[in-house]
Amino acid sequence: MAVERVSLVGNPNSGKSSLFNHLTGLNQHVGNYPGVTVDKKEGFCLLEKGKRISVIDLPGCYSIYPRSEDERIVQSILTSPGLKEYPDLTLVIVDASNLERSLLIYTQVYDLGLPIILVPTMIDVADNEGIDIDFKKLAEVLGCVTICPVNARTGEGIEALKKAMLTYGNSHHSQPFIAIDDFKQTADKTRLLADSYRPNGKSNGQSTDNAFVPLFFDDPVTQGIETEIRYKKIRRLLGFVISKKQKKSTYSHLTRKIDALVTHPVWGYVIFAGILTLIFQAIYSFAEWPMNLIDDVFFSFSYTVKNWLPPGIFTDLLAEGIIPGVGGVVIFIPQIALLFAFIAILEETGYMSRVVFIMDKLMRPFGLNGKSVVPLISGVACAIPAIMATRSIDQWKDRLITILVTPLMSCSARLPVYTLLIALVIPDIAIGGIFNLKGLVLLGLYLLGLIAALGVAILLKWIIKAKQKSFLIMELPMYKMPRWRNILLTILEKTKVFVWEAGKVILAISIVLWVLASYGPAKRIENAVNSIPKPPVEEGLAWEDYQQQLNTVKLENSWIGILGKTIEPVIAPLGYDWKIGIALITSFAAREVFVGSMATIYSIGEDFEENDSLIDRMRTEINPATGQLVYSLGTGVSLMVFYAFAMQCMSTLAIVLRETKNWKWPLIQTAYMTLLAYLAAWLTYYLLK
Amino acid sequence: MNLSGKASDVVTTTLDQFELGQEGEIVHLDDNEYTAKLIDMGLFPGKRVKMLMKAPLGDPVGVDVEGYTLSLRLKEASSVFLKSV
Repeated sequence: MAVERVSLVGNPNSGKSSLFNHLTGLNQHVGNYPGVTVDKKEGFCLLEKGKRISVIDLPGCYSIYPRSEDERIVQSILTSPGLKEYPDLTLVIVDASNLERSLLIYTQVYDLGLPIILVPTMIDVADNEGIDIDFKKLAEVLGCVTICPVNARTGEGIEALKKAMLTYGNSHHSQPFIAIDDFKQTADKTRLLADSYRPNGKSNGQSTDNAFVPLFFDDPVTQGIETEIRYKKIRRLLGFVISKKQKKSTYSHLTRKIDALVTHPVWGYVIFAGILTLIFQAIYSFAEWPMNLIDDVFFSFSYTVKNWLPPGIFTDLLAEGIIPGVGGVVIFIPQIALLFAFIAILEETGYMSRVVFIMDKLMRPFGLNGKSVVPLISGVACAIPAIMATRSIDQWKDRLITILVTPLMSCSARLPVYTLLIALVIPDIAIGGIFNLKGLVLLGLYLLGLIAALGVAILLKWIIKAKQKSFLIMELPMYKMPRWRNILLTILEKTKVFVWEAGKVILAISIVLWVLASYGPAKRIENAVNSIPKPPVEEGLAWEDYQQQLNTVKLENSWIGILGKTIEPVIAPLGYDWKIGIALITSFAAREVFVGSMATIYSIGEDFEENDSLIDRMRTEINPATGQLVYSLGTGVSLMVFYAFAMQCMSTLAIVLRETKNWKWPLIQTAYMTLLAYLAAWLTYYLLK
Repeated sequence: MNLSGKASDVVTTTLDQFELGQEGEIVHLDDNEYTAKLIDMGLFPGKRVKMLMKAPLGDPVGVDVEGYTLSLRLKEASSVFLKSV
């Protein structure tokens, strides 16, 4: 039998993903299963020169009976010979230190009649725990299965495994692992079983007495009975296979000690807060220079293109639409890569499940669970990786709520907007001698985001219907050193997903916005341009000033400018004029654009931190209708509140679409966030006016 | 004295009532929406379980199941009946 397609099946934390990484290396990619939001990890493995096989890493699961969307994929692939993903060989990865529990899924895959190689991992851990396994005997009692132990950390045993795949002969399962006979012992339940018994689709109506008959049931009660029978048989068989010896090390002892500390009522939270602080500190300090670099590179690239290509629509589109659009995607890479590096480390070491453990009870009143914590907090850096990290939440409802509220957390892109507005309207006074009012306002905005996120979560908890009952029965794995290779591959995978899947949407919207901001009714623009006095010489300060004014009137009379004026009556109750309206529309794609748009509108360079001219110019702006200052305290704070709540980030929308696979959710999210932003901003303005 | 030896005659406690360090053997699982998942994770009659830790707010709890650690909410733990060993 020539093996072409191999699937990897096993418990979470069994070393399955490490094995996948060893087999495929960089020849892996993430795809989609049709109709569901589960990632499909697949790749190629070179068994020998010229022999390439495809490998699918199926989601980690404990049983063939699905309890989550991820696990449903495993069942549907392994029971559907018609699917193109249907494997002709399955590697069942079992954790040698947890053999009994890992073997459950093996016996189920075996009873599906699939050819199997059993791959025990973590033999060194088992050895340290004093568990001695006779693999020869194990193969015997499990129906003469091929066994290839590997060390998924060091890669030891991989070559032997490849050889075994290459030379894999036809499998012949003569006996099912459990048959209808095994159910007879549960006497009072036999009738129930006879009623619900449903032969697997493959059995062609053969007689059920001796033939190989996989037993698979639909209702959870019978599933439970069957699983128990399997476990008890595994337990009995393992009695012949495993011998206990002296414990060598204190791995599990060390894990207990660390657990006592990290789940401590006080120290547990202190440590968690400390780790978070470290992570954000690192993200802000390490991500800043590559982000500035990316910004500079794209800026000069666009500048060069504009200067070197002949002027025209195409050049403008390239230089002002496409290149900045691509730049707007690439700029997120440092943050995404760093955040995922840290999340991967937390997961690899096993600490993540302890975070879930100590946070679960706190999050439940909000319709969230312990697994929502890290995505939610990651949202303070950037909502994009945060939403991508919600994958780990099994329950769809909990995951959806987390996705919908995470963008309310104040991300780093809001910071330039807040900084500008705080500098503009908040007086520089000290409160209580130590706290600066400006700092307090900034802190308040972050808190506002958190409160809004939790509040909306409570509401959504009542509105969204659960597909399944929420539960949190999970393993707390032993602490391990992270495997850097896995972390590197995770970063690569997540970055690739973002750039390709979100990039398409972002680029498209960037181009649309560029067109709307660059064009308008020709006559109108022409008249406006002609009305500015042109300086006699095309150089010097006067000329630069003329250029800036030119940009201003062009934007004012573009389609976006017209739109900004059109929405003025709608935003007037928030304290905004049409100029702010323009900035709101241009920053729909990315909130930080607000600062740049303001600079264009007021014909001033946008580096407001080094140069006070933008702030000075905005501060003295007078509303012609009322004769009052435009940027009063009310308007300024109202704008901050608006930006705290409004979606204003199409990269996030693109990722939400990708993660929910349904246009409905990003649209609902934009609608509710904009509405919330509008109402809160209106209230703020009304109170402070 | 009843000699039938039915499980119902054994004094049982549910897992959510366990003190830290307390050990027991599972005799029965309540039939509810968690049962199948609990069995999947290796909690079935005959298994020995020890209460290892409790989250700061008392819920969820962490238990040792003959060598590995499971975390479960009190609500889920309350469907696991154990006898002392």
